[in-house]
Amino acid sequence: MPIRIEHMSHVYQPGSPFEADALEDIDLTINDGDLLALIGHTGSGKSTLAQHLNGLLTPTSGRVLVDGEDINAKGADRRALRQRVGLLFQYAEYQLFEETVYKDIAFGPKNQGLTGDELDARVREAFAKVHLPPDTLEKSPFELSGGQMRRVALAGVVAMQPRVLVMDEPIAGLDPKGRDELTDVIRELHDSGVTIVLISHNMDDVARIATRVAVLDKGRLAMLGTPREIFARGEELESMGLDVPQTVQLCHRLRAGGMEVPDCLTNEELAEAICTALEGGAADA
Amino acid sequence: MLKDITLGQYYPVKSPVHNLDPRIKIILTIAFIVAVFLGTSLWAFIPVAAYIILAAVLAHLPLKLLLKGIKPLRIILIFTFLLNLFFNAGETVLLEVWKIRITLEGLLTAIRFSMRLVFLVSGASLLTLTTPPVVLTDGMERLLSPLRKIGFPAHELAMMMSIALRFIPVLLEEADKIMKAQMARGADFESGNLIQRAKSMVPLLVPLFVSAFRRAGDLAMAMEARCYHGGEGRTRLRVLKLTMNDLYACLITAALIVIVVLI
Repeated sequence: MPIRIEHMSHVYQPGSPFEADALEDIDLTINDGDLLALIGHTGSGKSTLAQHLNGLLTPTSGRVLVDGEDINAKGADRRALRQRVGLLFQYAEYQLFEETVYKDIAFGPKNQGLTGDELDARVREAFAKVHLPPDTLEKSPFELSGGQMRRVALAGVVAMQPRVLVMDEPIAGLDPKGRDELTDVIRELHDSGVTIVLISHNMDDVARIATRVAVLDKGRLAMLGTPREIFARGEELESMGLDVPQTVQLCHRLRAGGMEVPDCLTNEELAEAICTALEGGAADA
Repeated sequence: MLKDITLGQYYPVKSPVHNLDPRIKIILTIAFIVAVFLGTSLWAFIPVAAYIILAAVLAHLPLKLLLKGIKPLRIILIFTFLLNLFFNAGETVLLEVWKIRITLEGLLTAIRFSMRLVFLVSGASLLTLTTPPVVLTDGMERLLSPLRKIGFPAHELAMMMSIALRFIPVLLEEADKIMKAQMARGADFESGNLIQRAKSMVPLLVPLFVSAFRRAGDLAMAMEARCYHGGEGRTRLRVLKLTMNDLYACLITAALIVIVVLI
């Protein structure tokens, strides 16, 4: 189910003294099976773009097509759309409200009209996907740690079985362990066939798991490509206030020091490249 | 959606009225309200209206804004007008249909009461439109501070008010965000009968309360960490000073009261 964004612009509070252009002429296709990372400096319009994908915001001009249907057309079923495109907000742990984790995860599927065994199966399945300790299911969500709460919130969205999952900074503000665990969950979701749009500030994670990267700068789509293509343009990224992953930074410094290594995205790849370069050097000597 | 609600409704322009001392503005607003109620004849409303219009013009406020403040009151206004019109005993009967009797006295009272309401609200909105909330609470604190001698918590009250006002936009934004998050999970805030709709607010209100308490805790901690210990011996960022403009404003208001009493 591809999502097409056609010449979309969004203006906040048009006609008032607080008018602000958030997005300008965005043109982007999200294909099935993508793990698209959306990166950009604070205020570049990432979150605004994310909220357009399931119709929470309406574009000022342009269209958003999901499965070829204009989601903002008259008579479009927004609730049905929100079942297909799930959205996990920034600091999603603050949306939890039920007495138990179980009930909170059940909120979404219940709104879809599920009851009884079917509902129970959905909740347990979603709960299993986020790798929480089994005894947390009947606990109050407010007793959990921040990282666990965030995973409960993710389970609440996953339980609706969306085919596209949009996540706004899912790993921001977590400790390293929580971050790794959540990154694993995201990767597993992607492997199970869910198309993922991931907003992130963490370039290392983007390099590790994204299949494509879209760079937003001041409301415009500045770059689009594979992580390797994008991170090769380090200077441009820096001019937009963005970083390259640590692995790429290290490659740059190695090259500056005279070692011939290509840009590497993962630790394993980098280790391999360094070994090859060292062996090559040793052979010369 | 919730962002569209204007609260505190401060109208940010530079004007002599905006620059008046908040203490003076509060006192003058009270004096104005007294003037509105002092007038007995309908003629007394002419100087009152002139005063409001003068103030609005000096403050560079579009009159439309003042009228907008009266709009939510229209039902109360109509109600007040009709009640006074129908249920006032009087001598001069203007119209009599079945048991309903409209008298001249009733009509005059109805007009008077509605006019009082209109001017009451416009006077109060004039104050909030030209004074930022923080300055307003500051002025209130200073006005109430003599009462500290008899144990009235003037500073604490003003601090609570400023914090409450400060957090209205924050909580509105938060509510907006939580609402969207729950809508993304298929929540429906708009349809259904009253009970269903009240129930549908739970997923919004619980997280909102939790976050309000969390914020309150954080704020208390941050204030303590910066050695906040109440109003005792605290100096101010804005030192209030009276100017000639404050004097003129007082004179004009005094003139208004005298004219109203004389009419």
